[in-house]
Amino acid sequence: MTATTRPTLDRNLLHRLGIVAVLVVIAGILSATTDSFATGANLTNVARQVSINGILAVGVTFVLLTGGVDLSLGSVVALSGVTCALFAHPGEYPLFVPICVGLLTGGLCGLLNGVLVTRGGIAPFIVTLGMMTVARGLALIFSGGKPVADMTPALTNLAGDFGPVPIPVLCFAFVAVLSWLFLGRFRLGRHLYAVGGNEQAARAAGVAVPSVKRFAYGICGLLTGLAGVVLAARITTGQPNAGQAYELDAIAAVVIGGTSLSGGVGSVLGTILGVLLIGIINNGLDLQGVSSYYQAVIKGVIIVGAVWLDRRQSRS
Amino acid sequence: MLRALELTKFFGGLPVLQRAYIEFHPGEVHALMGENGAGKSTLLKMLAGLYQPDAGIIEWRGQPVRFPSPNAALSQGIAMVHQELMPIPDLTVAENLLLGMEPTNALGWVDRAEMQAQARRWLQELNTDLDPSRPMRSLSVAQMQVVEIAKALARQADVILMDEPTAALSDHEVSALFKAIATLRQRGVAVVYTTHKMDEVFRLADRISVLRDGQLVCTKAATEFSPASLIAHMVGRELSQVFPPVTTTPGEVILSVEQLTRAPAYRNISFTLRRGEVLGLAGLMGAGRTEVVSALYGLHAADGGTIRLHGKPVGLTSPADGLAAGIGMLTEDRKGSGIIPALSVQHNLTLTALRQYCHGAVIDASAEAAVTQKATADFAIKASGPGQAIQQLSGGNQQKVLLARALLAAPAVLILDEPTRGIDIGAKAEIYALIGRLSAQGTAVLLVSSELPEILSLTHRILVLRQGELSAELDPRQTNQEEILRYAMPQ
Repeated sequence: MTATTRPTLDRNLLHRLGIVAVLVVIAGILSATTDSFATGANLTNVARQVSINGILAVGVTFVLLTGGVDLSLGSVVALSGVTCALFAHPGEYPLFVPICVGLLTGGLCGLLNGVLVTRGGIAPFIVTLGMMTVARGLALIFSGGKPVADMTPALTNLAGDFGPVPIPVLCFAFVAVLSWLFLGRFRLGRHLYAVGGNEQAARAAGVAVPSVKRFAYGICGLLTGLAGVVLAARITTGQPNAGQAYELDAIAAVVIGGTSLSGGVGSVLGTILGVLLIGIINNGLDLQGVSSYYQAVIKGVIIVGAVWLDRRQSRS
Repeated sequence: MLRALELTKFFGGLPVLQRAYIEFHPGEVHALMGENGAGKSTLLKMLAGLYQPDAGIIEWRGQPVRFPSPNAALSQGIAMVHQELMPIPDLTVAENLLLGMEPTNALGWVDRAEMQAQARRWLQELNTDLDPSRPMRSLSVAQMQVVEIAKALARQADVILMDEPTAALSDHEVSALFKAIATLRQRGVAVVYTTHKMDEVFRLADRISVLRDGQLVCTKAATEFSPASLIAHMVGRELSQVFPPVTTTPGEVILSVEQLTRAPAYRNISFTLRRGEVLGLAGLMGAGRTEVVSALYGLHAADGGTIRLHGKPVGLTSPADGLAAGIGMLTEDRKGSGIIPALSVQHNLTLTALRQYCHGAVIDASAEAAVTQKATADFAIKASGPGQAIQQLSGGNQQKVLLARALLAAPAVLILDEPTRGIDIGAKAEIYALIGRLSAQGTAVLLVSSELPEILSLTHRILVLRQGELSAELDPRQTNQEEILRYAMPQ
């Protein structure tokens, strides 16, 4: 019985192969039509550009797996960036303080989302829509509406390289590997799938559904905080207006990666592929000199098209 | 008129129907019998164009045909009335009945008066005087089924396929449906239907085909079968010992319940449950059986009263509390609160007892695989592998996975709420045997069932619930179905 086929895994594999194929085709076209795509410098650049969306997408994968959604990512990125920058003026605190402040800000926002969803019984869409507005407002209040500048080089150096690899890319890789292990190997990871797959049944099987959900929103918030810190380091300021619509790119990447919006189905590996696909499309359109107006249209079409293809595949 | 030749279908590499040969004749009611997973529904769905056969031919009026969609089958005159009906609740009976073929006037507007008249005519064909202007949602399930059949008639169907049409009907409604089917037979329609109910088949069917494990066992005139021979064909063996004898003697009291109350569902429920005892809980639908046992598992906490385990009071506010206290439960609603459809057999199986297969917070993959392999063998679960999604299994196999899930946690008290609902006879017999084994091992079992023979044959003691209150405690050796019902009926 152990030697027989495993259809659920096969389908996931098929899905991944599908995206990998699309990735390879797009990369092939770009290498053939531009000189600059297949260069080490450009590929490092792509990796650097996708790392923030990557961290967010991995975080929101946790929430989507439970059948929830988090629309507050972009605003919380801005808020965490601002709080981090406020504690990052040169000579004030050691480096870990601003980093922890940024992470905690995100983590608390996420946890609050989780508490409102589980204790308040409010739909995740509404809760996180509220958080989206509140966090943006707080970012503007804390920063006085202006970018928080004057950050210590110790922090802005975090946007630099460690050896040949950009540190944000290392962060993304680290987060992705940990999350992948967590969802696949940990009991709590399994519980996330169970809650998203059938909440009533998960509860009846003894899963502590509310804590599992709070955990998902909390982790998503924590990773959003990390993305905020990385972004602040990269743009060397805490920008209260940063991160607009980041949640949409993140959710798009997760969905392209085969995670179901109704929960219970999906994987970190798929999310990573989704992130890479969106990143390469962005980069390719830039290299081809496509105007940003058209870029938006093309990206939207590709997102819907990719998901349509996937659904068609999984139906047959 | 309609023939299936060597029809074969695979799901996930597992054959669900193999080389079935079967013929259907006009004016004949043909029953397909078999356990869950025998391939009955699959056969019907292929004939109706919902599934495509992997091999074999469907022959229609002597010509081989392919039905790429239900509409293609319908246009040829083959209609299906589904197990779960799909009416549009806010439209009227007439609008549902003539959906997509509404009579129109010269301007292309829907002619409402004509529509009412046509709908009424079709309904009268089936001897019902249902008002076609009533909204669909106000109808009973049986009435909706009659509308579905009328719908098939209106589309000039020569073959009507029905998948368990009587599963959700009361006895009274069943006879109304049977009248409609008799009319169809007179009109020369070929009726094909599946059911689990023995008495019906002999009332209705002209011809019976028996399927077992995806193979057609035999097709004979209904008069050539007896109930016993039919069951024997379905399960492939004589079921002389469906119910194992109750042999164990209950030990000390494990669970005691005092004055348990959650108004208005149930009031002042008090009883005890002993080690190795099988306690039956009987009662009509809505008497509060599921509500009471849900409180004992923590699924839906009681407002008042005391639950003691081994003499110590326990507070149960969630199933996690119940499990920690050594109580396990198989819930009544397999789809709603049982399986996690998209997860694999293995992940569904180990969900409750997952902690046992972990080092700290990390799952031990080999321990999990080993226990899955053992449980699949012990419970005779038919799946293509541990990775197969549970939603692809038959009802009986899903139920066995859920039972195994509850038992992996090694509960001292096991609550079974309608454990054999909607599953086939073979799986039922396996579950009965399992209850006997558990009792012999000292597990206390609380059995809720609407099937009185189960309650009478498997238990040491029977409690009867009436409108939320205990009305009797009976000894199964000294009572009968009539007495239980007398205590169960509202006064």
